[in-house]
Amino acid sequence: MLDFDELWSPIRLTLELAAISTVALLFVGTPIAWWLARSKARWKEAVATVVALPLVLPPTVMGFYLLIALGPNGPGGWLAGLFGGRSLAFTFESLVIGSVFYSMPFVVQPIRNAFEAFGDRPLEVAATLRASPWDAFWSVAVPLARPGFLTGAVLGFAHTVGEFGVVLMIGGNIPGETKVLSVAIYDYVETLQWTQAHILAGGMLVFSFAVILSMMLIEKRIGRPGL
Amino acid sequence: MRGDEATISAAFAGTLGAFSLDVAFDAPMRGVTALFGPSGCGKTTILRCMAGLQRLSGRLTVGGDTWQDDAARKFRKPHERSVGYVFQEASLFPHLSVRRNLLYGARRSERTDKAGALEFADIVGLLGIGHLLDRAPVALSGGERQRVAVGRALLSQPRLLLMDEPLAALDRIAKDEILPYFEALHEKLSIPIVYVSHDLAEVERLADMLVLLDGGRVLAAGPLSDLEADPALPLLRMSEAAVTLEGRITAIDEAYALTSLSVPGGTLILPGRRGGAGSYRRLRIRASDVSFARTRPLDSTILNCLPARILSVSRQNGDDAQVNVVAGLGEDGAGARIVGRITRKSQEALALVPGVTIFAQIKSVALIASGA
Repeated sequence: MLDFDELWSPIRLTLELAAISTVALLFVGTPIAWWLARSKARWKEAVATVVALPLVLPPTVMGFYLLIALGPNGPGGWLAGLFGGRSLAFTFESLVIGSVFYSMPFVVQPIRNAFEAFGDRPLEVAATLRASPWDAFWSVAVPLARPGFLTGAVLGFAHTVGEFGVVLMIGGNIPGETKVLSVAIYDYVETLQWTQAHILAGGMLVFSFAVILSMMLIEKRIGRPGL
Repeated sequence: MRGDEATISAAFAGTLGAFSLDVAFDAPMRGVTALFGPSGCGKTTILRCMAGLQRLSGRLTVGGDTWQDDAARKFRKPHERSVGYVFQEASLFPHLSVRRNLLYGARRSERTDKAGALEFADIVGLLGIGHLLDRAPVALSGGERQRVAVGRALLSQPRLLLMDEPLAALDRIAKDEILPYFEALHEKLSIPIVYVSHDLAEVERLADMLVLLDGGRVLAAGPLSDLEADPALPLLRMSEAAVTLEGRITAIDEAYALTSLSVPGGTLILPGRRGGAGSYRRLRIRASDVSFARTRPLDSTILNCLPARILSVSRQNGDDAQVNVVAGLGEDGAGARIVGRITRKSQEALALVPGVTIFAQIKSVALIASGA
């Protein structure tokens, strides 16, 4: 018989991971996108390339380096040591960290494009109207880049949901801790539990379709007025 | 050139790629000062430096406030300067309604509750944008957008308003629609305006003071009418050379429908009833509409025939047929200056040289603005 708790656990875990990662991605990605859009530094494209690396790097390579970084001898292990742990690998936190790295280009690129699209002028106008750079960022840049933020958030969320290789490398397969949807499906298939695999895979299919469709509809609606 | 309460004192120098700029000028803390010159002469760069949007070495004081002084290592950031800036394109915030655009700077400026503060309702009325307040900027015409941009800049309570070719992006119809509003600002507000333009017609309508620029240098700075009649400057040599005068309406001849205006050194007559006695009008007299006679012509159809004294006669560049004659109105030549473009042949035949008293016949006088 189907065990709904067993099925629900990876779904819940995945949603939690994606939600937390998306928030973290926006926090980390926005300043990077801003800097990439506005800086005149020559080496900024080098930084942009590093951010974009996960697009072409095999997930196992990313996962391998993350495993080393998060392990007992890496900075992650040192950090864990501060809280009495030994390593950050094979924890939920490690999945969040991995997701942030892995999904970063999907968040940074649309936000950077949105920041670049409106150019310097609106910020110059804001400055001549007494808005400090911080004020202008929130009152002008963020509202004008709203479609970019939306696209970035949705892509970051969806990409985190679909992550497999990195999770396997740094998270393993611990139920309730690191056993997310994609790993669970893999597991069910490995153990020939086709019904469960069908339910989860079909759900993912519907979810992905809904995400992309709603993103396109929302972009169509909010992307237009005034821009 | 220390800045005092009544003066804007600017000096900027620097290079931008292959272009080098080195300018210094003073402008009064009232009226409209036009930065005028051909495209690429550095007008916009100067304006951006004044707003702090761009940084060249130099110094800027506005009515006693120092905004930049390299010697004292002082540079106020744009948002720390009490400046309003109107860009060539209106650049309204597309995500805000017209009302919230107008209030953007108002909310962020220190509320000066002194008498001089510009009120929302007054500015909206002056610019005729009351019916647009709840619209989105995309729903406005080009002229309407530019009026909102001017209102937005003014409502941030600036001490100085900078306008960078605010009409250049508009078509002829929109320009004609917006100019009367600018003239109304000029008339009703005491705030000084530095206005960048390469369109002489705009400058003639709006400017009191002129800073003439070419190739990143100041050719001359001074009252508009002085520079227009200066034989050393290119304005006089332009094909559309003209002078602008301020005239005060002294009388209306109802029977013939003529308006008399008093200008320094004489009285001019314009066809039509041009307003109430005592009000000021800005007039433009083209050099090609002025001719001279040694004696007062008695049987001419030209109404405006004024005694004047020749101040200078200068040759046209690359033109050995015509000369420019600058004359001061009045027998002593102390009145307003007018310029006439005549043939060298006539000039030699009548022996028109500086110091000679003549009669200036003015074929037409154009009324270009309501005047200050």
